[in-house]
This record gives sequence, structure tokens and C-alpha cells, in this order.
Amino acid sequence: MIEQVAEPLQHQGFAKVVLELEVNNHPGVMSHICNLFARRAFNVEGILCMPMSDTSRSRIWLLVFEDQRLEQMVLQVEKLVDVLSVRRHGAEHEVFERLEKFFD
Amino acid sequence: MMQMTGAELIVRLLERQGIRTVAGIPGGAILPLYDALSGSDVIRHVLARHEQGAGFIAQGMARVSGRPEVCFASSGPGATNLVTAIADARLDSIPMVAITGQVPLSMIGTDAFQEVDIYGMTVPITKHNFLVRSAAELLEVVPQAFRIAMSGRPGPVLVDVPKDVQNQLVSFEAYPEPAVPDPAPTLDMAAIESAAKMIDEAERPVLYLGGGVVHSGASRLAVTLAEQAGLPTTMTLMALGTMPVDHPLSIGMLGMHAARYTNFILEESDLLICVGARFDDRAIGKAAQFCPNARIIHIDIDPAELHKIKTAHVAINGDVSTVLEALLPRVKQSLRKRWLAHVDSLKSRFPMAMPGCDDPRTHYGLVHAVAAALDDEAVIATDVGQHQMWVAQAYPFRRPRQWLTSGGLGTMGFGVPAAIGAALAEPDRTVVCFTGDGSFKMNIQELATLAEEGLNVKIVLMNNNSLGLVYQQQSLFYGKRVFASKYRGEPDFLKIAEGFGIAAVDLDSSPNPRAVLAQALQSRGPCLIHASISREEFVYPMVPPGAANTEMIGG
Repeated sequence: MIEQVAEPLQHQGFAKVVLELEVNNHPGVMSHICNLFARRAFNVEGILCMPMSDTSRSRIWLLVFEDQRLEQMVLQVEKLVDVLSVRRHGAEHEVFERLEKFFD
Repeated sequence: MMQMTGAELIVRLLERQGIRTVAGIPGGAILPLYDALSGSDVIRHVLARHEQGAGFIAQGMARVSGRPEVCFASSGPGATNLVTAIADARLDSIPMVAITGQVPLSMIGTDAFQEVDIYGMTVPITKHNFLVRSAAELLEVVPQAFRIAMSGRPGPVLVDVPKDVQNQLVSFEAYPEPAVPDPAPTLDMAAIESAAKMIDEAERPVLYLGGGVVHSGASRLAVTLAEQAGLPTTMTLMALGTMPVDHPLSIGMLGMHAARYTNFILEESDLLICVGARFDDRAIGKAAQFCPNARIIHIDIDPAELHKIKTAHVAINGDVSTVLEALLPRVKQSLRKRWLAHVDSLKSRFPMAMPGCDDPRTHYGLVHAVAAALDDEAVIATDVGQHQMWVAQAYPFRRPRQWLTSGGLGTMGFGVPAAIGAALAEPDRTVVCFTGDGSFKMNIQELATLAEEGLNVKIVLMNNNSLGLVYQQQSLFYGKRVFASKYRGEPDFLKIAEGFGIAAVDLDSSPNPRAVLAQALQSRGPCLIHASISREEFVYPMVPPGAANTEMIGG
């Protein structure tokens, strides 16, 4: 029996998107989020996480490709109990751009 | 001001949550909790023989009661043994709270004896999980765990409690209130109006019911919708029983092992009304070719299910009961004579073939004979494999929660412990567990639990001494290269049952198998009913994996 193997996902041509998550700040939140993307085979190009001034919460920035599964990924992220909100920005958002000099 | 240990607090919170039975196995890291549990007058502990059994006992209780049930395991291997039962609960949306012991906080991360990161391991298979860092946190974590398990789309929650947290003293003013489910999402009335309009305008609509109808307690509403709008109704494996099988509008289960007519009716539909189902690959076959001409209305409590596999024309996020209640007064009465006449003609041209169904020594005949000896009050559990599909095809399910099966994960070994759980939750019912010899051996140790509890569980073993569904696939799709699917040894299951202290009857050797079967089913207490089934009996019809639902073979 021959089963068709799915083509590897193309990333060229897809725009990048910046996701801004507000989450509860406790150990384990990062693993819930990273695990969710890994389990659903969705690449995360960049990730940044810091506690907010109110230290009970953290903000997580994710750089991802806007492929057709992004809507579904965002819905899945929104279901996580510790995720309080998800906002979407274009790739022109400066958060990752300003960090680029640390990755030269 | 109250003062107690973390372990006592957990027990009090479980009692206040209404938990009356907990399945589990003690071990070093959970002994403080067991010590506290021994002082409870309210909660009864059922000692499983393997933690996976404990997990499935809790699932069995939850599947018949519809409320979250609890299992306990110790750290390390105790916790990892629960993993399969937790993953199974996740895929079938079963509410469950698993409480595991963990090494003391100070030893976490040191590779201590029986330390595993069960928190990390269960991230992808729980709805949510907790590692408790102080006894005071339990006041919040335990009610939260129940609230999450039962809210929205139900699911399993794991609470990992280090041993020192169990022993830590905590003082507090008052107990937290027992958890209640979150309110359901508010309805999008515009979407409901357009759904009603689509139903009224459709010529060839089909109602497609999933497990969400069971979870939401919406069977009656779903049947009313079908009757009001003249909708032929198909059910997923998880939804069997939501519409009685002999209802004139029922077109049975869809998908890989559906009757031919069911898949043909779906193929011709121009509107699919999907209620609490998720377009699983075993139900819809090749997604691109499923219901190619149908517009789709999708109703689900989980927003992430909408548009996941098939893009819906109208998507309604909400509790199935609430949505159907709002939809019903807006949908016109319709006899839909032409479509239903066509459905009936497809039904009679491509019926479900059940050869041998009058002979209790055949697979279909045995399922029918069991059904004939019981009424609709009985609970029917299965393991996973050919027997599971034969029961799904042939048993006359007539009420929700009558049918317990591992659908999403397909876990062999599910049946016996799940049946034990069902019997613990509803001791007045007869619980039948159909199993195969492959599945039976995967949690056979729970026969000891069953004997000890003396529950009214009847295990109907369809024995072909092989991994039948593997044998079937190798025979059909791998050039008959049969490998690792036939057992060479042949255990004597009657002696095994006897060894565990469980009565056993053999239908093979009895001159009147129907009478022996009926007597075994009607006398109280556990019993093994053994029947040999030919290895060459396959589950038909079958949609080859990856094919479209209309490309069925056999049957």
C-alpha cells in the first residue's frame, strides 16, 4: 500500500507575523506554549519572554510565518488556560528588528 | 481558622467536590495523600493493579456519569503508567482529574528516585496541568482543576503534588466553593438564523452527530431537530446511542466501517449539519472528497474545531444544547419526502450486510445474542479492534452513555477497566465489555480488581488468537505478508479467569450457546464469556486508510 506523503511545508513567500501574548507568569507557561507549536508542527522563528511590570504576568513575543494554519494555531493558543490574550502584528513590528543586532 | 496538611486538604476538597470513588495505586511519593484518604468516611478507594487501569476506571466512571472523576498514582513509573489513560481522555474529551505524587520540592531536578517530569510529559495530553508548589496553592488549584476538566469541551487535568507539599501544614479561613463549569459562550444569533435558513433551503441535508452531543446532554434535542426538519442522521463512533439505531431517520455510523448506504447518502448531501463532531479522519476519509457537494454548518463548543479540517459556511461556537434550543424554533417543519425516499432506496440497495447474525457462534450473531438477552439499561464497553467495530456496527444502541469506547486514541486495554469504572458508578446496571484476545491481555491484571469488587461486569471475549485488525490490514493491503499479528501461544482464558476467581463460560463447547450466554448475562457478578471467532472474519465494509469514504471494499 502506498500512501501519499505530504509535501514539506513551504515557508518562502509567506509573510512573517508577530504575535504578542499576555500570559500568567509562572513556571511552565513557556513549556505549554512551545510544546503547542512543536506538537502541531508549526515553526516558531523567534521567541522572547519577559515579566511585565505587574510581575504576575508575562509578555511573550513570537515570530511566525503566516501560513494557512496560523488561524488554527492562534485558536489553539487562545485555549491555553494561562494565555490571557493574543494580539497579531505585522512583521514590521520593531520588537524583533531591534534585537537583530544581538544575532549578527 | 482551619489547619491541616496539604494531603488532608486535597481529600476534603475532593469530598466537597462530590467525589465518592477514587481509583489508584499508592507508592512512596503519594503515601501522605493515601494516609489522609484512609481517614475519609466519604470517599471509597478502589485499588487497581496497574495505574493505567486506575486511569481507565476513572474514565469509565466519568463516561457514564458525565462528571469529572479522579485517579491517583505515585511519582515516576506510577505517573508514567497513567499517561495512556490521560491521552485517551484528552482525545475523547472525557473529564478527569489525575493526582500524582511527586518527589519533594527540594529534590525536583536532581534525578531523585522515582522522579519524572510528569508535568512536562503531560503538557500535550492534558487540557491543563499543575505542579503544586505549596499546600496553600491547593485551595486554588484543586477547584480550578475540576472547573477546567468540566468546562467547555471536557478533558483531563493533571495535578502533580510533591510529597513535602502533601505534608505541609496550611491554615485558612474557609474552604473554597466546589467548582462549577464556566458559563457557555454567548450565542451568535445571526449565525443561528442563517443556519436555520440553510436547513430550510437544503434539498438533501444530513445531520452528523458527534460525541459533543453526548457530553452536552443534547440527544433529545438533536433527535427533535432531525424529526422537525426531516434530516437523515448519521453518528460518529463516539455518538452512537444519541439517536436510537432503529429510529426511521437514523442512517447509522459513518466512516471507515460504515454501511455502504451511509457513506453514499453523505456523498449526495447538499448540506451537512455537523453537531459536536470534529471531522476525524476515521469518520470522513479523505477530507477533500468528503461530502463534495455539501455546504457545512458546524456547531461546536471548542472554537478551534471550527474550520480546522473543513471550512464551514456557517460556524457556531457554543454549547450544543443551547445552540439546538435556539435553532429549533427557527427551523421549519419539513417532511422532505423526496430526499428521504431516496435515502430509503439507498438503504435498501446498499444495506449493512451481517452474515451469520442468527448464529451466536459468529461475530455478528454473538453481538446480537448479547443484545437480545439485555435491555437498553445495560452499559456496553469495548476494547479496540475488530470486535469494537463489529459491536459498533451491530449493537442496537438506543441511549446516550450506553456505549463506552476508546475512539480517538484507540487504546487496546481500555475495555475491562472502563467497564469496572462504569459498574462502580452505576452498580445497578449490567455492564458488558466486548473484548478481543489482543486487547484483553493488555489490562488483564484488572480482573483481580474486578473479582475483589465483585462488580456486575460481563466480559465477552471474541478470541481469534491474533491481532485481528493488523492481520486484516496485512491481508488486504500488504500482499498477505502476515507478520507479527498471529500469536503462537494460546493462553487458556477460562483458566485465567478461574485463577482470578471469576466465573467463566465457554460458548465453543456448549450445545446451547444462546442459553448459556443469557444465563451468564443474567446472573449477578463478574463473568468471562469466551467465544472463538475465525481469524478470517474481517470488518467490512472498509474504507482503505487514506481513501475517500465512497471507495469501500467488501460488505
